[in-house]
Amino acid sequence: MSSVTWVRRQRALQRFWSEFRMHRAGMVGLAILLVAVVLALIAPLFIDAGVTNVVSGTRAKMAPPSIDDPLGTDESGRSVLLMIWWGSRTSLLIGFLAALLSMVIGTTFGIAAGHFRGWVGAIILRITDWFLVLPSLVTALVLAAILGGSTATIIVAIGVTSWPSTARLIRAQTLAVEARPYIERSLALGAGHWHITTRHVFPNVAPLLLASTTLEVASAIVTESTLAFLGVSANKTSWGTMLRGSYDWGAATAGAWWYILLPGLCIVLVVMAFTLCGRALESVLNPRLRTRAA
Amino acid sequence: MTVTQPAVEALEESPARYGLLRYAAAKAGGALLSIAMVIVATFFLFRLLPGDPVRALAQGRNMTPEQLDLERARLGLDKSIPEQFVHFVKQTLQFDLGTSYEYKRPVIDLIGERIGSTLLLTGTALVMAVSLGIWQGARAGWKPGSRFDKFSTAISLVLWSVPTFWLGLLLLMVFAAGIGPVPGVFPTRGISSVDAPGGLGYVLDVAQHMVLPCLTMVAVVYAQYLLVMRSSVLDEVGQDYITTARAKGLRDDDIRRRHAVPNALLPTVTLVFMRIGFVVGGAVTVEAIFSWPGLGQLFYDAIRVPDFTLMQGTFLLITVSVIVMNTLADVVYHVLDPRVRSA
Repeated sequence: MSSVTWVRRQRALQRFWSEFRMHRAGMVGLAILLVAVVLALIAPLFIDAGVTNVVSGTRAKMAPPSIDDPLGTDESGRSVLLMIWWGSRTSLLIGFLAALLSMVIGTTFGIAAGHFRGWVGAIILRITDWFLVLPSLVTALVLAAILGGSTATIIVAIGVTSWPSTARLIRAQTLAVEARPYIERSLALGAGHWHITTRHVFPNVAPLLLASTTLEVASAIVTESTLAFLGVSANKTSWGTMLRGSYDWGAATAGAWWYILLPGLCIVLVVMAFTLCGRALESVLNPRLRTRAA
Repeated sequence: MTVTQPAVEALEESPARYGLLRYAAAKAGGALLSIAMVIVATFFLFRLLPGDPVRALAQGRNMTPEQLDLERARLGLDKSIPEQFVHFVKQTLQFDLGTSYEYKRPVIDLIGERIGSTLLLTGTALVMAVSLGIWQGARAGWKPGSRFDKFSTAISLVLWSVPTFWLGLLLLMVFAAGIGPVPGVFPTRGISSVDAPGGLGYVLDVAQHMVLPCLTMVAVVYAQYLLVMRSSVLDEVGQDYITTARAKGLRDDDIRRRHAVPNALLPTVTLVFMRIGFVVGGAVTVEAIFSWPGLGQLFYDAIRVPDFTLMQGTFLLITVSVIVMNTLADVVYHVLDPRVRSA
């Protein structure tokens, strides 16, 4: 029995992979992502947090790219290349964890709103809609300013403000799944709320969730950099805090283009990679898009 | 006949049984509830603050403990939480948002001074972004897969990935500071020059200051309008009435302009207003970068100081206006689109 499911799952995975491979843009995104994640993971083997230390900058200040510093230096003479490399760890970590938090909240609320009828579902939906209307960046700024700007609070600020769209998506999918006859069969056999939501609904919404998480990481990285740029993040080096530094030290008027251009390009590259990947996943996994394409 | 769940949902959410007034009243009731929730949430959120606001206020000034107590009493911080809550709600309902720590002036006055320039910037940017996005999205969606479509989708994908503030920084660097052979043609900050002339000269001066902030905002928000309009037109392309129009021998351009676009327009425009919160976030960032003296910059200042009364007041105002606009969009959509009513 279990071997049958195993084989089935393996086949589904293979089918999924062969479909995903057809999306060239998605594959490009995936490749960029793998490179970025691997680079971020192996960074401690070559450098440490010392590269972000103001005192460690011994080179010329705001120096243009040269052989010593391929990407130039910042206002304290630190290497922009090493800062970007080390900063990628914060940016990616916050992006992933915030997206994860947002997905957990969104899935819980979405399934609950779709599964429970009557006033329970209505209240959950009402709360979701309330969060959906709140201007998310403004709310995240207030949360981060009040709770202080540590990595954990930034993750919470992003996660708490970005889950409602996921919840709506998951709710719609939950309603569609629960309309299928096998749910009625399982109800007739005495299944409870927990069994139905975790064994039947969740596995059916999970693929969509994967696509939506990938897209969510992209927007979480943008939000993180914006929060850091607007100064609510504590000083840990990320691409956003680097750009904050470039703004504070007048890099734009000083013509220090490397200091502004390069951290931003990294953000755009990674965010675009996540978006391409997410869209490819969506078109493979979302049945609605699939039928439209056919 | 079995009724499927989505159908039940459609029935529940369809206002077919309501008259317009009842629909509007229900929406307004929902909005009021949302606003009440915002007020309650704001109160408790700002009570989570670590530390003593009065001590923060007194920082760098010589104040005796008696003076501190007096200040606490003035701010109502010596009362219990329920009493403070009632006081807060009463004040808020009377549009009294407290006094700013930093400016030593009522928050509502500060907001009143700033709101005009925000409306000017955001309004201009929004009109431009919506027109451009709708025009380009309609053309892209009309011929999916064409070169224009691919170009538009690529552009919007790139702009979607670009953080607003970074685009602003780039524009600032290239067009305001000037780089290499490009001279700086636009001012880096503010809404007008100190030595600006009066009359028409002043208008031109403000317009010149507005170019870069406006461009930044347009670039960032228009991408999503483009995508929404594109998919909206794409939905219309396969419809029967389009085939009929073709059979009548109408020119392709006419079918697009007279038949497809008007039908695709409504959902798009509604979405524009539904996502106004996103625009507001963009406005805060843009105003911060270009020191545009609007509401967004006031909010940004409050966060930088930090001035919690000012932050609380601007947050309340921004949130409530977003809720109001969403509700209006909902009701207007209902009035304009017969398909929603007879669904």
